Amino acid sequence: MSLVKVLSQRPIADQLFSITIESPSDLRKGYEPGQFLHFRITDSFDFTLRRPLSICKVDLKKRQITVVYRASGEGTRRLSRLLPGEQVDVIGPLGHGFPMHDEDQHAILIGGGIGVPPMVELGRQLRNRQMKITSVVGFASKRQAILLDELAEFGDVIVLSQDGSIGEEGLVTDALTEALCADASRFYACGPTPMLKAVKETMQIHNVPGYLSLEERMGCGIGICVGCVHPIERDQKVTNRKTCKEGPVFLAQEVVFS
Amino acid sequence: MSRLTHVDLRVPFLHKMLKNPVMPASGCFSFGEEMRQFYDLNLLGAIVVKATTLDERQGNPTPRIAETPAGMLNAIGLQNPGVQAVLAHELPRLKDFRTLPVIVNVAGTAIEDYVEVVKALNSSEVVSMLELNISCPNVKCGGIQFGTDPMMASEMVKAIKAVSHFPVIVKLSPNVTDIVSMALAVEEAGADAISLINTLIGMQIDLEKRRPLLANGIGGLSGPAVKPVAVRMVYEVSQKVHVPVIGIGGIRTGEDAIEFLMAGASAVQVGTANFTDPYACPTIIEQMEAWCKEHGVAKVEQLIGAAWRK
Ligand SMILES: Cc1cc2nc3c(=O)[nH]c(=O)nc-3n(C[C@H](O)[C@H](O)[C@H](O)COP(=O)(O)OP(=O)(O)OC[C@H]3O[C@@H](n4cnc5c(N)ncnc54)[C@H](O)[C@@H]3O)c2cc1C
Ligand SMILES: Cc1cc2nc3c(=O)[nH]c(=O)nc-3n(C[C@H](O)[C@H](O)[C@H](O)COP(=O)(O)O)c2cc1C
Ligand code: FES
Repeated sequence: MSLVKVLSQRPIADQLFSITIESPSDLRKGYEPGQFLHFRITDSFDFTLRRPLSICKVDLKKRQITVVYRASGEGTRRLSRLLPGEQVDVIGPLGHGFPMHDEDQHAILIGGGIGVPPMVELGRQLRNRQMKITSVVGFASKRQAILLDELAEFGDVIVLSQDGSIGEEGLVTDALTEALCADASRFYACGPTPMLKAVKETMQIHNVPGYLSLEERMGCGIGICVGCVHPIERDQKVTNRKTCKEGPVFLAQEVVFS
Repeated sequence: MSRLTHVDLRVPFLHKMLKNPVMPASGCFSFGEEMRQFYDLNLLGAIVVKATTLDERQGNPTPRIAETPAGMLNAIGLQNPGVQAVLAHELPRLKDFRTLPVIVNVAGTAIEDYVEVVKALNSSEVVSMLELNISCPNVKCGGIQFGTDPMMASEMVKAIKAVSHFPVIVKLSPNVTDIVSMALAVEEAGADAISLINTLIGMQIDLEKRRPLLANGIGGLSGPAVKPVAVRMVYEVSQKVHVPVIGIGGIRTGEDAIEFLMAGASAVQVGTANFTDPYACPTIIEQMEAWCKEHGVAKVEQLIGAAWRK
C-alpha cells in the first residue's frame, strides 16, 4: 500500500475524469500496460472494497501516473472529488498486463468506453518497438469519447459510436474488417464483456491472435478472495482463474464466454 | 493508570500458546502465498486457509461479489483445488512458518466427504488444527444444513472427531434462531473449540437488470455491518460452553478485536478487512498492543470475558 499525493484531476468528457497521482513506490519495480491500480476510496465504513482502475499513462521521470475513469457509481464519484494535494491509498500495479512481442509488424488496439485508457500506455510502449499501430475505439456517443488525441500519436484511429455522433455509427467489430486485419500481427482488446466476446469471434475469423483484458467484480484485487474469476481453457480443461492475479489480460483463445 | 511499556499479547489456545490472538479468517487469505509480499506472516497468531473439499471445485458463476453498506456479499461457492492439490502444492509452502499453527478449513457436501478430507489431512506435517466449516451459505447442498440443525451438526462432529489426528474447531453459522443450542450440540459431540460467525445470508438486487446482482442469487454478508450480531453471539455462546471460542465478524481495528475478547473470545479472526487493507492483521495487532498500553492491561488474556455479567 502507498499513500500517494493527488497531483491533478480534471473532467475530460461527460462523467469522465483524468487523475494524476504520484506513482506508488511499487511502480518503480516495473509495470506493464494493462495492469491496474487498486484505489481505496475513503477510510470510512462507506467503502469496504477498493476500486480497480487501469494504468493509462506513466511518466517515470516525474514519478507520475495517470488513470482515466468514469464516475459511474458512489465510489468513483467520490474519487472524482479528490483535490490536488490530498492523499489517496493505492495498491499496485497489480495483475498481469499485455505481453508485447518485438517481432510484430502491426498491432490493432481495440477499446470500448472505459476500456480505452489502458490502450494509451500500451500504444506508447508498442510504438517504442517501431511497429504500425491502428486503434479502433467505440463509445456510446461523442460526449463520452476520450483519449483520441493520445491514440492518434501512435497511428490511425478509427472511431465508432453507437449513436453516430462521432466517427462511424456502429460497434468496434464493424471496423474489424478483412482489409484492416490482412497484415495484422496481433490485437489487444479491453472493454465490456459483450464487446470482448464479439471481438474474440471476429478476430478468430480473421485469424489474428490477441489478448483480452477482462472486467470482473473484485473483492481484494490481490488473489485472496477468489471473487474475480473467469473461465479459462488450458490444455482442454476449463478452470475459473483469478482475473486480478493471473489476469486481467488473457490470451483471447483461452477465454471462455457463456 | 500508568502507561505500560510492555504488553503480553499471548493467549493460550488448545494446548498452544498463540503469539497474539489475531488470525485471518478462512477464505479471506487464500493459502497465504499472496499475502507474503505484504508482510511477514510470522507476525500473526495463526494462519487459517481457504475451505478445502475432497474434489476440486470451480465455485459459482460471477458476479460473486457485491459491496453493501459497511460490508459485502460473497457467493464464492467454495472454489478450491481439492485436498490432494492442497496437500501437494499449498500447504508445503507454509512450512517456513514453523512458529505458527496452521488451521485448515474443511468443507464438503456430505459427512463422508468431510471424513475423507480429514483422513487425507491427517498425513500432513504442516497442519496443526482443523476448522470444520458447517456454515457455508453458498453451496446448494451440505455446508449450512449441517450448521443449522443441531442433530446433523452433532453427527458430523462425531464423525470427524473419530478420524481426526488434530484438534477440531467447529465454525458455526449465524443463520439460526438459537446459537447457544448449536454451540452446546457441537461441544457435546466433541468439538475442541468453536469459531463464530460465518456470514449472514443476504441479497442485493441489480436495479437495471431487475434481478439479484449475484449470479448465485443469495450470498454471505460480512464486514463491519455484521459485527454487533457476531459480538452478541460470542457473548452468549462463550458463557455457556467450556471450550474456547474464536470471535469472527467485521473486525477491522484493534478495538474491534478487544471488544470480541471482552465478549468472551479467546482469539479472533479477521476476514473482509484484509480486502479493504492487506495490512489489516498486523495493524490490528499493533492497535491492540497500543490500546492495552494505554489502558494499563499487562496481559491481553486478562480481557477475555471481561464483559460477562458477573
Ligand atoms: C481490471 C479492471 C480495470 C478497470 N479499469 C478501469 C479504468 O481504467 N477506467 C474506468 O473507468 N473503469 C475501469 N474499470 C471499471 C471500474 O473498476 C468500475 O467502474 C468501478 O469499480 C465502479 O465503481 P463505483 O463505485 O463507481 O460503482 P458501484 O456500482 O458503486 O460499485 C459497486 C461495486 O461493484 C464494482 N463494480 C461496479 N462496476 C464495475 C465494473 N464495470 N467492473 C468491475 N467492477 C465493478 C465496484 O468495484 C464495487 O466493488 C476497471 C475494472 C477492472 C476489473
Ligand atoms: C470472500 C469470502 C470467502 C469466504 N470463504 C470462507 C471459507 O472458505 N470458509 C469459511 O469457513 N468461511 C469463509 N468465509 C467467511 C469468513 O471466514 C468469516 O467468517 C466472515 O466473513 C465474517 O468475518 P468478516 O466480517 O471479518 O469477514 C468467507 C468470507 C468471504 C468474505
Ligand atoms: S479480487 Fe480477490 S481474488 Fe481476485
